[in-house]
Amino acid sequence: MGDTWHRAVEMPVHQCAILRANGYFLNMLVFVIRRLLQSGLVLWAVSMVVFLGIYAIGNPVDILLPDDSNGAERDAAMRALGLDQPLWTQYGLFVWKALHGDLGFSFVYNIASIDLIFSRMPATLELAFCALLIAVALGIPLGLWAGLKPASRVDNWIVTGSILGFSLPGFWQGLMLIMIFSVSLGWLPSNGRGELGTVFGIQTSLATWDGIRHLLLPALNLSLFKLSLIIRLTRAGVRETMPLDFIKFARAKGLSGQRIVGVHVLKNILVPIITVVGMELGSVIAFATVTETIFAWPGMGKLIIDSINKLDRPVVVAYLMVVTLMFIVINLVVDLFQAALDPRVRIKGLSK
Amino acid sequence: MSTAADIHLAPARTRWQQLWHDYSRNRVSVWALGFCGLLLLAALSCAWLAPQNPYDLAVIDMFDSRLPPGSRNPQGMTYWLGTDGQGRDMLSAMLYGLRLSLFVGAVSGALGIGLGVSLGLIAAYWGGWVDTVIMRVVDFMLGFPTILIALILLSLLGQGVDKVIFALMMVQWAYFARAVRSTALSERNKEYVEAAISLGLSKLRIVFGHILPNCMPSILVIATVQIAHAISTEATLSFLGLGLPITEPSLGLLIANGFAFLLSGLYWVSVFPGLLLLVTIFCINLVGDRLRDILNPRSQRTP
Repeated sequence: MGDTWHRAVEMPVHQCAILRANGYFLNMLVFVIRRLLQSGLVLWAVSMVVFLGIYAIGNPVDILLPDDSNGAERDAAMRALGLDQPLWTQYGLFVWKALHGDLGFSFVYNIASIDLIFSRMPATLELAFCALLIAVALGIPLGLWAGLKPASRVDNWIVTGSILGFSLPGFWQGLMLIMIFSVSLGWLPSNGRGELGTVFGIQTSLATWDGIRHLLLPALNLSLFKLSLIIRLTRAGVRETMPLDFIKFARAKGLSGQRIVGVHVLKNILVPIITVVGMELGSVIAFATVTETIFAWPGMGKLIIDSINKLDRPVVVAYLMVVTLMFIVINLVVDLFQAALDPRVRIKGLSK
Repeated sequence: MSTAADIHLAPARTRWQQLWHDYSRNRVSVWALGFCGLLLLAALSCAWLAPQNPYDLAVIDMFDSRLPPGSRNPQGMTYWLGTDGQGRDMLSAMLYGLRLSLFVGAVSGALGIGLGVSLGLIAAYWGGWVDTVIMRVVDFMLGFPTILIALILLSLLGQGVDKVIFALMMVQWAYFARAVRSTALSERNKEYVEAAISLGLSKLRIVFGHILPNCMPSILVIATVQIAHAISTEATLSFLGLGLPITEPSLGLLIANGFAFLLSGLYWVSVFPGLLLLVTIFCINLVGDRLRDILNPRSQRTP
């Protein structure tokens, strides 16, 4: 933030004038083009790393062919898979196929790996969104409560709780949830998605009571870390906003405390919170691998871990490419959102 | 009345003494640091402390498997924290696991600092396209969550202590590079650097001998937080079966082994290693939080 601000302040005067004259849309357009180019570059870099990495681990023919196959069979298989081509041709072919949505067939399931990923994606997205929802629904009120009563007992408890939330290793905390709520108390099931219902043509656990019961523990487990983050952010935002002049002015005008907090404070702290929540969506999807493994949730995360353990390479590659693409899209949307709200971000994009 | 002589008589504190003076004002942080030291000591001396060598198959008896905490075996040995599925004493396994976890965290942290600090200093001092390239890579690394990068690297590299350390180094260096670069950029324009240049010192000597020591506070803060993070990430990766091999049980693997028993009510196999991991990470984080408070230039009091 400080960095952005300095750049804006240090910018030459004539450049500022041009910016003002050409206005908002040109500004946004340049920013969007810059970010799109950057995103393309990132995707290309990841594809290179993944391809070279896969190439470096070894020859897939060794896994595919039976042990007693001879040299001629081996060569034939190499030719059939295009592995006799030079490295750059192979990479070109990989990119060409990937652009057409073909990332190879799963060795284990024998269906297109990209289809496999997409069939598991809804479960992961459902889990991730529910986790973020829990984090926001609990985090903002708790953060407000702590921020409005600084150094009180409530504040101390909430802050210590959030440091503990940061320190808890996600997988162990999942085990403890299972131990308490499934094994000891027997209230909630510990694995699977439960019964699925269909809402608007989408299969979801949220449609049935059994599904919701299955969803509760994994979503809670995934949300705890983000919950700590949102509590800290909200608390810091409230403490920064409360002493400002416009709050004093609102008080002087006789506005009720509820209205000041609910409208004026909240509006000011919401922008950074929304930005962070957007950025965290990607990391929630990545961390879902851990939660899905513990709770046997049939999403992409469990699929990737199983695939790595079974050496199902095409699925691993497809997962990495799909997740990278998701990340790039999420980051892009968050950046655009931020640029639309905060002129300093746009200026930084231009002045470089 | 104070004279010049009086002022000279006041005990001069070195930088480290000053640091300790500021640090020790908060009692919780002192306890946290003491606990960190205790854990480190326990991990280093696990060969003497542990009642049993968990790697030695000769002393492990399958008949002793899955005993609850406090049970005794026929030889009169007490399993204070119970035994796991192979009849290993949990306390011993945890001490050895702690040693491995701390080792992986510290070594990967040190390597991450080495790489990150060097690149950060180079970026700050050389500037130009070198800076641009390094910082673009840093942005790229920081744009993805740690666990995803580690997952990619380990799915490519395979299992092993060296591979986990490499993966953890790769996910950590960018944080150091970014912090060191911004500190070094503000240091570069100070008078002492100008003086060093006018003395004709070499670039390398100015960067590593003069600018680097002044970047130490921010490096120290990030290092504490990052080592806690590295230990936690290693545990997570081992739990997923991607980190350390089964023959070298770190805390994460011990917890993973206990996962299977948890559903049948044998809580101790994964609860105790988890608590040890939690206490370790929590204490390191508390120390890091305190260091951040006292070393942050924005919150520094004027003397």
